[in-house]
Amino acid sequence: MDAKTSRSLLYLDGVSVSFDGFKALNSLSFVVEPGELRAIIGPNGAGKTTMMDIITGKTRPDSGQVFFNGDIDLTKKDEADIAQLGIGRKFQKPTVFESHTVWDNIELALNRKRGVFSTLFYRLTAEDKVRIEEILETVRMTARKDDLAANLSHGQKQWLEIGMLLAQEPKLLLVDEPVAGMTDAETAETAILLKEIAKTRSVVVVEHDMGFIRDLGVKVTCLAEGSVLAEGSIDFVSNDPKVIENYLGR
Amino acid sequence: MITQMLFSQHEKKTVWAVCLILLAAILVPLANLLIPEDSVFHVPGYLVPLLGKYLCYALLALALDLVWGYCGILSLGHGAFFALGGYAMGMYLMRQIGDRGVYANPLLPDFMVFLNWQELPWYWYGFNHFAFAALMVLLVPGLLAFGFGWFAFRSRVTGVYLSIITQAMTYALLLAFFRNEMGFGGNNGLTDFKEILGFNVQAGGTRAALFAATAIALALALVLSSAIVRSKYGKVLVGVRDAESRTRFLGYRVENMKLFIFTVSAMMAGVAGALYVPQVGIINPGEFAPANSIEVVIWTAVGGRGTLIGPIIGAILVNFGKSVFTAAFPEFWLFALGALFVATTLFLPKGVVGTVQQFLARRKEQKQADAAEKVYQDKAAARAESRLATLEPLAAE
Repeated sequence: MDAKTSRSLLYLDGVSVSFDGFKALNSLSFVVEPGELRAIIGPNGAGKTTMMDIITGKTRPDSGQVFFNGDIDLTKKDEADIAQLGIGRKFQKPTVFESHTVWDNIELALNRKRGVFSTLFYRLTAEDKVRIEEILETVRMTARKDDLAANLSHGQKQWLEIGMLLAQEPKLLLVDEPVAGMTDAETAETAILLKEIAKTRSVVVVEHDMGFIRDLGVKVTCLAEGSVLAEGSIDFVSNDPKVIENYLGR
Repeated sequence: MITQMLFSQHEKKTVWAVCLILLAAILVPLANLLIPEDSVFHVPGYLVPLLGKYLCYALLALALDLVWGYCGILSLGHGAFFALGGYAMGMYLMRQIGDRGVYANPLLPDFMVFLNWQELPWYWYGFNHFAFAALMVLLVPGLLAFGFGWFAFRSRVTGVYLSIITQAMTYALLLAFFRNEMGFGGNNGLTDFKEILGFNVQAGGTRAALFAATAIALALALVLSSAIVRSKYGKVLVGVRDAESRTRFLGYRVENMKLFIFTVSAMMAGVAGALYVPQVGIINPGEFAPANSIEVVIWTAVGGRGTLIGPIIGAILVNFGKSVFTAAFPEFWLFALGALFVATTLFLPKGVVGTVQQFLARRKEQKQADAAEKVYQDKAAARAESRLATLEPLAAE
């Protein structure tokens, strides 16, 4: 392990994967530092979601290295292992447990033992109760804690899912298009929420909404055709001729 | 810890259902044995095993609902676990016949003598003890479900593919049990039972006791199921049903979650089969028929899957209908069953119990809304009055 991998939280090097001959990722390398908030942009098919699949263990890379927290090889772990290591993932489409209440959604996500028997005999402790209330407060869902998740609006479901990820207490949060389908006000609030969250953990946000990325004001990585096209501040990246040609210009 | 888990926080409905079933466990045998035959409250002797059979089916439907209604695993092979439990009990009952069989062989059941077998196959050892047979009633279906689930859930076989392989499993067992070489009586199965625990299986008292045992087993299964689905584990199961990948990315091992409930459910189905066999007096490979397993799905759907009481009501209703229908128009029963399933899917997707619950919930909401509206109007009226009161002195001036 060289110095680079051991300092970083997430380290991808030369990761390639292809589906039926189509190269979804082509020697992708990038690094996320502890406590960093990083935005990822790129045209459709650039490999953003595939990258998340690889980090969370849903897809195995054909070649390349993926390390978490210095020396944990993620390519050898499955989804449940990786989630327990401290990587949380928010899907593009809000995915919550619709037939459970908001409270139960958070309770299920809480970072506690997740075996069959520990869940079978689980009792809600005072400590867990306080923690759930805190999270509900953070994502502004306290008033709706007894409502079924199915009855929430699209934006509220997105927030509930972010709340569930917080309950998971991850070291790294992967967020796929958090503001898709949100109103402008909701988008601005979400930017504030994510910045708040990034104070205590690393966050990687994939997003198409350039205004939102500007609101975040963080380092941006632009992907295209499965590898990194440019990396830097939003102004630097959006002035890069390759980025304009591949993504912004079209 | 376990007792605390079993007996706290049940829904009122479940408590009522358990009480009702236990009441039946007492009243039906009493009404059969103690009330004179000319009384209207007398339960005739033929009805007791029939009702017992319905309750066995109810237990089987409840077992299926745990995996289908709560975890989204549509098993089309639950009849196999039921039949295996039934065979384990049947083997015990066969050994109890002793030398009272047609061939009067003290060791070998009649069908083995008939096939010229010289000694008892090894897997029949131990079945002369009730405790051993009872253990097998749980273990055999449980182990099959565990082994099957281990491979299926680990390879992430889901949805219709899983349903098809469960169907294949029960069909394979059907073919196997049809073979005389298997040593389970071939297509005649096991029958001509004489005694259970030393009591004549045909006697009224034994039948009443078997009914009571079935009702108690159903009540216990209901308490256990309720404890399971109300625990955090039960909530995870529903999570797996609704958003499997979300559960996985939260760090739960979905395959273990499924494996546990599938095994528990198979054991429950085995108990149902074991109670069924002494009451109907026969077990044959027909019980493994894929159509049987599909019928269980229909009972559960009609009653309401994802509720605990639904499958029990569904199994009793549909089987009562079947008894009446097959007596009146035997050739049309299958059409009626098919029509029932289509109608349920189209008009009552949540089943009878689910629909009633929905109706009640809506009425409650409506009442709350009405109450809120009334409060608002009263306030408005009060405000108008107070405004008038302030205006009146002005008008007087």
